Amino acid sequence: MRFPQTLIPAPLRRPAPPGEKAPGDGGPVERAKQAPADVVGWVDERTGASGFLTGMLYRKVPKGTNWFYTLGSATLFAFTIQALTGVFLAMYYTPSPTEAYDSVTHLTNDVFLGEFVRGMHKWGATVMIIVIFLHMGRTFFFGAYKYPRELNWVIGVVLLILTLVMGLTGYLLPFDQRSYWATVVANNITATGPVVGPYLADFLRAGPEVGGTTIQRFYAIHMLLVPGLIIALIGAHLYLVVKLGTTAPPWLRGETKPKSLRREEV
Amino acid sequence: MTRRRAFSVAVQAFGGLAGAAVVLPAVGFALAPVFDEEEVIWTPVGAPDDFTQDTYKPSVITIVEDVGETGKTTAYVRRGSPELDESPQEFVAVSNRCAHAGCPTRFVEAAGNFICPCHGGVYDFQGKVIGGPPVRPLDRFQTRVQNGQVQVGPRYSVTSQLDPVRARDPGEFTGGVWNYIYPPRPSVPPPP
Repeated sequence: MRFPQTLIPAPLRRPAPPGEKAPGDGGPVERAKQAPADVVGWVDERTGASGFLTGMLYRKVPKGTNWFYTLGSATLFAFTIQALTGVFLAMYYTPSPTEAYDSVTHLTNDVFLGEFVRGMHKWGATVMIIVIFLHMGRTFFFGAYKYPRELNWVIGVVLLILTLVMGLTGYLLPFDQRSYWATVVANNITATGPVVGPYLADFLRAGPEVGGTTIQRFYAIHMLLVPGLIIALIGAHLYLVVKLGTTAPPWLRGETKPKSLRREEV
Repeated sequence: MTRRRAFSVAVQAFGGLAGAAVVLPAVGFALAPVFDEEEVIWTPVGAPDDFTQDTYKPSVITIVEDVGETGKTTAYVRRGSPELDESPQEFVAVSNRCAHAGCPTRFVEAAGNFICPCHGGVYDFQGKVIGGPPVRPLDRFQTRVQNGQVQVGPRYSVTSQLDPVRARDPGEFTGGVWNYIYPPRPSVPPPP
């Protein structure tokens, strides 16, 4: 099934083959149908975005592209869910050692659909960790990290670490026994790094013991610092994907030699 | 140097300065607690006569103020025992924080040992490791007698010979070269 061409704004349409008339020069009804396209055209005339967008949307994908190639989009979708639900959880959450647990209990039990929104954030976190590893595995086993895509692999690894940091810092926020002790242990493991470990742990805890500033610090890292870095790096990651294109799966052979090329023995 | 190049260098230098003027204070602000010595809190735990040489009395003490239950921990306090080369006038306050991963240990009266529920760390009566993964003896708290009350103060760590060192986090070895691999932190008070 084709998407009706009149619904696609003119600048974003697939260009008509040479010698064929482009749609959209009819009567008033046709003109009315054209209105959204005209609005987009107005923006496009002033931004030149259509060249970039058509390049991105109609880019060539190799033969053999399959469902495994959707894992990156799945990770992006999981991150989007985390960002959206996180914003709304922040409306009810209090990052204070004496009030955090009560505010989480309140938003889970009393607020309309609170359990659902918190559940999406909680289970979404697990889903994101799972799909990011599957995406990494797909890239590895399909050899998609090879030249010229090494830099994108490196960015991806940084994104993976940042996602794990999100998991670690988010775990403290409900401030129940499990999150408290998990954070105590995680901090102590950090402290066992030689030479810098003890200072790093002091930085994370904001002092030698887990206290009031610790939870605020984790909250700031969880909702401001790391998401900002993740969004910036996802931008770079996607730019490189569009710029370099995707790889064919390894089981597809390269183009065989054209028959016109012959080896001549003389 | 051309005029164009001089201006280019100057503009970049000013840009760098302006950036540093914002970023450096912010970083210092975030790092401040690493260099800030924590507040010393002395908590009275009972009259000197309440404590004996042969067993511990647990006391819940506050080590971080204004954060509710989070700021509390348990100190096991007893009188010094001459049999263990300790002065009977002194009081020994052992922290229940396991030296492996920081779980809360418990003094088991029947065994005379401290036992950790998480990964099976076992400490003897003095807090020395006799089993499991812990890397050093249990931490201690400084003690003093004031106004007829035994008071428990800041935490310090000990080496395997029970020599006091500045408080370390769980999992960090103490003594010898380990004192340099896990350097002392300015955020905790010096040992007694």
